[in-house]
Order: sequence, then C-alpha cells, then structure tokens
Amino acid sequence: KEEKQRLRKEKKQQKKNKEKNDEKTSHEEQPAGSASQPPAQPSPKAVPVPASEAPAPADKPAKSKADLKAERRARQEAERASKGKKGDVGQPAPTGKLKAPPSELQPVVKRLPEHVQVDNPEVVKKLAKKLERQQIPLRSDYGYKVSLFSHLHQYSRKAPLTQQLGIPSTVIHPAIVRLGLQYSQGIVAGSNARSVALLHAFQQVIRDYTTPPNEELSRDLVNKLKPYISFLNQCRPLSASMGNAIKYIKKEISNIPSQCKEEEAKIKLLNCIERYINEKIVLAAKAIAKYSIEKISDGDVILFPPNCSFNVTISTSISSSLVNHILCEAFEKKRKFRVIVVDSRPRLEGREALRRLVQKGISCTYVLISAVSYILPEVSKVFLGAHALLANGYVMSRVGTSQIALVAKAFNVPVLVCCETYKFCERVQTDSFVSNELDDPDDLIVTRKGKTQLEHWQKVPSLGLLNLVYDVTPPDFVDLVITDLGMIPCTSVPVVLRVKNVDQ
Amino acid sequence: MRRRHNHPDVVPNHFHRQHTHTQTPSCPVSPLISSRFYTTTMPAPDKEIDLTERIEAFLSDLKRGGSGTGPLRGSAEMARETTALLRRIAAQARWSNAGDLMEIIRTEGRRMTAAQPSETTVGNMIRRVLKIIREEYARSRGSSEETDQQESLHKLLTSGGLSEENFRQHFAALKANVIEAINELLTELEGTTDNIKMQALEHIHSNEVIMTIGRSRTVEAFLKDAARKRKFHVIVAECAPFCQGHKMATSLSEAGIETTVITDAAIFAVMSRVNKVIIGTQTVLANGGLRAVNGTHTLALAAKHHSTPLIVCAPMFKLSPQFPNEEDTFHKFVSPHEVLPFTEGEILSKVNVHCPVFDYVPPELITLFISNIGGHAPSYIYRLMSELYHPEDHEL
Repeated sequence: KEEKQRLRKEKKQQKKNKEKNDEKTSHEEQPAGSASQPPAQPSPKAVPVPASEAPAPADKPAKSKADLKAERRARQEAERASKGKKGDVGQPAPTGKLKAPPSELQPVVKRLPEHVQVDNPEVVKKLAKKLERQQIPLRSDYGYKVSLFSHLHQYSRKAPLTQQLGIPSTVIHPAIVRLGLQYSQGIVAGSNARSVALLHAFQQVIRDYTTPPNEELSRDLVNKLKPYISFLNQCRPLSASMGNAIKYIKKEISNIPSQCKEEEAKIKLLNCIERYINEKIVLAAKAIAKYSIEKISDGDVILFPPNCSFNVTISTSISSSLVNHILCEAFEKKRKFRVIVVDSRPRLEGREALRRLVQKGISCTYVLISAVSYILPEVSKVFLGAHALLANGYVMSRVGTSQIALVAKAFNVPVLVCCETYKFCERVQTDSFVSNELDDPDDLIVTRKGKTQLEHWQKVPSLGLLNLVYDVTPPDFVDLVITDLGMIPCTSVPVVLRVKNVDQ
Repeated sequence: MRRRHNHPDVVPNHFHRQHTHTQTPSCPVSPLISSRFYTTTMPAPDKEIDLTERIEAFLSDLKRGGSGTGPLRGSAEMARETTALLRRIAAQARWSNAGDLMEIIRTEGRRMTAAQPSETTVGNMIRRVLKIIREEYARSRGSSEETDQQESLHKLLTSGGLSEENFRQHFAALKANVIEAINELLTELEGTTDNIKMQALEHIHSNEVIMTIGRSRTVEAFLKDAARKRKFHVIVAECAPFCQGHKMATSLSEAGIETTVITDAAIFAVMSRVNKVIIGTQTVLANGGLRAVNGTHTLALAAKHHSTPLIVCAPMFKLSPQFPNEEDTFHKFVSPHEVLPFTEGEILSKVNVHCPVFDYVPPELITLFISNIGGHAPSYIYRLMSELYHPEDHEL
C-alpha cells in the first residue's frame, strides 16, 4: 500500500514539474530575439530546476498556489534579467535566484493540529480514516462539552483506548500500549515524566526492531513510529516537550547513513536517546537548580504551586518536579527557607509534593488556591514550573498558574519560572481557549457530608462541567525565566529558539 | 411547665441547665433575670422566662452555625430573626424609658455578637433598632433633630454643654411607636430580595457570559429573575473546599440557565470570555470593601485585569460599620481537615494548614453595589452608613 502511495506521489510531482516547465517555456518564447538562449537556458535550467523543485514540493505539500505563482513570477523576472545580460554570467544568477525564492517562502503554511479542530467534521473524518489505515481505534468524546470548548476533545478516564484493542495487538508495540494506558489514566503525569517515559519506550521499540528485507532502516523505522505516535495522541494529546523529543528522534533516525549496519545503527540511536535525556532533562535540571539557588536567600518564604516543581516559601504551586528538585537542593545547601505549597482541585498534586518536601525536612505550609490572597502577604518569592514556553513569551502551565502569578503581581511579589530549553516551542497563543486539554469532567464531582451535588449532572441538559488542564500566563506577570542556558526574561524565548535551530 | 426562681443561687444553675453548650464565662447573666430576683407577680416572670429562653436558643443557634459552608440559615433569615427577637424584647421586657431599652438591647446585642463574631448581620440589625429608638424618642420629644443627627460644627459651638440626652424622659406612646417602627423594618427586610431581583433586567442583556463564585441566595434570585426574559450563560466557580458552587450550579441549571462549573484554579483562564462578574458577599465594610467568601479577591483581581465589571448584590442589612484593618478579628478559620484530611497520615503533624473562610476585597476592585434601595458606587457606602446607623452605636 505504501509503495503505491509513493508512486502516486511521484507521478503527481512529475506532472507538476511538467506543467511548470511548459509554462516556463511558453513565457520564454515570448521575449524575442533570444532564440539561441532559450534552448541553452532550459537545458542547464531544466536540470537544476527540477532538482530544486522536486525536493521543494516533497517537503512542503501544503504550499499554496499563491506561492507557486510568486515563484513563477520571480523566475520570469530572473529570466528577463538574464536575457538582458545576454551572457553566461547571467546563468548562475538566475539559477541562484531560482533557488532563493523557494527557500524564502518555505515556512508559510503550517497545518493546524487535529486536536484543536474537533468541531470540523472533515478533519474528524480524515483522522478517522488515517487511524483506520494504521489500525488504531478512535477514541470517542464523553459527556456534554461546554460550547466555548467544542473544538477540543473531552475523554473519560473510565474508557481507556486499550479496551478497544485486541490482545495481542499486532500493530502496536506492547511497551507503547502500556505507556498509552499510563498516560490516559494519569499514572505518568507531568511533562518531564511523560517525555522520559516516551523516550524509554522508544528505546525499547528500537531494541526490538528488525529491518524487513528490501527496506532501509532510516525510512522504515520512521514509518513504524507513526502509528505509535497516533496511538499515544489518542490516549492523551502530546505535550510540547514530547513533540520536541519526537522531532529529534525522527531527525536522528533519518540521518542514519544507508550503509550503516543494523546493529550499529541501533546502538547509535540508543545512545542518542540516552544522551538527549541526559543533556536536556537531567543536566538541565542541575543547571537550573544551580542558578535558582542563587535566588533563594536565607529567611525566604517561597510559594510553590505543585505543578511547578518549585516553590519556596515561595509558593510553589501546582507541582513541578523541577521545582521540587530545586527546593530539595537548596535545602541541602543549608539555606533557611519556608515553603508554602498551594494546591488545587481536582488533581491535588500538591499533596505528593508536600510529602517529598516534608520528608527532606523543609518546613511547609499547605493551602488551597482559593486562600492564595490570604497567604500571599507572607510570601517573598513565587517559583513556578512550566509545561511549555511559547514563542510570544507566554508561559503555558498547569491551570491556576496564571492566577497565582496575577495575585503575586498585585502584591508585588517576584515570580520566577523554571523551565528547561527543550520545552520551548514555536507555537504562539494568547489565551487559554484556542489550544488546551479537557480532562475528565467527572473529576469535579465531590461528596461532602454524604451528599453529592453534581452526581447526575449528565441528566440536566443545561449543566456542564469544565475541567481544564492548562492555562497561559502573560509575560508581564513573570519576572524571570530560569533555564539551563541562564536567566532570561520571558520575551527572549524566540531568540533561544532561533539559536537552537541554527545549532541544529 | 412553670418554673419558679426562689433562691438567687438556684438561678445560675438552672440557667446553665437550659443550654446545650457551655456558656462562656465572660458572658454576663442576663439583666432581665437579675432584675427579677425578688418579684412575685405571676404573668411577668413567665413572659420574661419565655423571652430569656428564646434569646438563649437564638444564641446557641448562632454558636452552632459557624461552619465554613455558611450559617445554618441565610443572612436574610438571620436578620429577620434578630429583628423579631428585638421586637419581642421591646414588647415584653420591663423598661420605663428609652435609655433603659437601649441599655437592654445593647447588652443582649453584645452577647449575640460575641457568640458569632463573623455573623455581622446580627450586629447590624441591633444598630438599626437602636437608631429607630433614638429617632422615635426624638420625635416624641417633638424636636426636629432627626435631620441633624450628627453634630454640626455650628451646633457644637452654640449649644454649649452636651445637648445629648440620657434618654431618660418617659413617653407613654414610645413603646407603641418603637414596635411599629420595628414592624416597618421587618417589612423592609422581607422585601429586600424582591427589590434586588427587580433590578436584574437593567443589568443583564442577552447572550452574556456571567461569572459568579460560591453560593449566594441573592445572586441566585437575581439571575433566575433575569433568565425569565433573557438567555445568557453562567459560569460558577466551585469555591473549594466546601464547594458551595455545586449547589448553586444545580439550582441555576434547574431553572433552565446554561451553567458551567469550573474549578477555582481556572478563574483567570476563563475570565477573558466573561462579560460581567456578579457576586454576593457576607458583609459590606464601612470603606466600601467586602468581606466575602475566600477566592473572591482572586476573582476581583482577574476581573480588574480584564476590565470586566464586578457587581456585588448586597442588601442593606449587610452593611456593617466595621473597617478591615483589624487583622485578628477579620479572618475566620475552620478546621484544616477540610483542606488536608486526617487520612493523609503523619505528615499532618509537620505541616501548617490554613483554611480561611473569608477574603477581603478592596473597594477599588468593585464597580457597583446593587442593594434593595438601588445601585451605588463603592465610594457612596459611607454616606449610606450614616443614614442607617448612629455613630455612637458603631461600638456596641
């Protein structure tokens, strides 16, 4: 089946090139007096042009017609200019110019990810077809969705995807199935933990992989990974850090030279992944801890919302494993500080963070997020963790983070965000609606004093429950971002991204 | 069952036996009883015993209803009960002049506020009744002093010594007048929710998204009344740890209003789509600030950030002449078990847990107060206070 698709693609490309060449030749015949040149030009041009055109359409299938027209226009200009020169000196220039426009117009149209287009039936159909092809079951939405969020998925934890898979699953590696289940049930949560688990699972996949005959490892392995990624996406939408990790792995795999032996290639890939985890996650955490400890002084009260791993009397919020790590390190360095852990329903991740801190011997206070304005006058710093840092400087993190940053700003308490660079992503977003994750709405139901108010919420037609997972914090609430590259302001994120791209 | 107090020392024991809770030692014995040690007339002791019983029952109710979810009864009911009790005191207690009555009410009032300091409605009603008594007395005297209750500078200079009364003159018609005035007050109290409801359509238009927090009966009535004519969407923040917002949401959705329940952590995230924030409050303070359920300050800050108007629906009996600067009396805490349950194990002994019930919201964050007498800006609250309460009654 895939062979047929590839052949179909090649045919399309050839057709396109033919069209372009025809148009070009028709345009070239227009200017008079250069009958000798057109035959001379198309020959060197015909060779570099298809060469430059072929990779171009292959890379960017979504290039719009407008781009092609602009390219053609640029080419015509170049040709006219070269005809004016009437020399071989003009030849390399137009070919150079030909190559330039395609590369300038490269990143024009990005495809919208599927998981924010749930209200578009065509997109949903396309996804269903793709999953069918990959033999992965489609997960259906659950419950009444609030109208503001009808463009997002809402799954129930009680209906994991694995119930619809046969045993043993022939398409998906068991390590991936286990990982998907862990994601959807919330056993593995937190962006660092999820990325590390993903990379370990991929290591297992690579170890068990054997290249089928007549196939190249670099291309076949990438194709094998695609259904796994779709499956994991169905279990729980991928996070930004996971997206970056997957991009890295795919790049590494496709860079494997074809003459490399299978065993060597596998060992190389495993080492790559190991190094990625070590550099981007473990060592980054150590670097961030080193920088942050300079910011923690004796007698501090840090607020910690648990999803950030840090909070020093600082308030730590919604648990971040990173912030947790930083606090423990700081405590070992004999800094004297107090921590306030701020927790929120329904996940209550703060209790785990609290346990870890108390075990280390740090003196802690515990409150719920509604009491933040009561406790904030005591706080000297707020440490937050991040799920991702967006290219316009916004911080995407656990829901509630922006609220804590807002109240801290109102009380003039400095807010520090700790984030590794592998979580930086190129998306931009200004509010928490356009791209978010909806968790199981049944989590909001609580039984107090024997009464469960929302037990039959499904039966009431005008009642909806909203369980958001992420929110975005505007950069004016954040005073400093601590990364493994140093301490930067929130607005320098695109600079770091650019530097990273150039490096790679 | 007739009880007779024969011995002075029997009285305190008997008195104690009536209670279901331990009386605080600082609470004085009711002056009604101490003044009756040596009376022998039959009907008066019964009435007064009856009255004492009622007062004690009311006090024990106050003490019991102190959990974070709110009192056992709503504030409006509390106000009505207090006023009814004060009317009974005015009718049945023995007093010969206004000063006596005011003294009796003040003493009882002090005991009531000591029983549950966070229930400010009780104190407010007592101050209203005291003001009524002053007014009726002044009217009986025939002086036109209702208009300048506050001493004007001119009067201070010209009138020489304190023109102020000990309220010792006896007027026969005073009792009837006072009871009539308190009846008027009761009628006003009964109509407060309706008066606020009637203003709903002025403030809510169609296709709006309104946000609220926790549970307020006033806001519930307000929104339900608007829903009769307009279609809008309500987002309710659940207000952990007691989650009163859930009950509010079920009640609103049963009235056919599109309701969504969100967690407290998502308040800022959804605020960008909200058109108005309408909240209730426990108390309106003298500077125009609020003492409201915890989480309201965050809600107010988020609304300010997005320039969303914050409307407070508060009837006039919630207006209290207190200021927010007393740190130790402002906040009320309940059991930390609500936040970190005892099932968490041994870390409980090493961790401080706070569970405050109220939040202070400064007046700069509030856009409008809607009360039973209309809408006001927060800067006008001090003026309303001077109309409702006499400055000497601010400290009971």
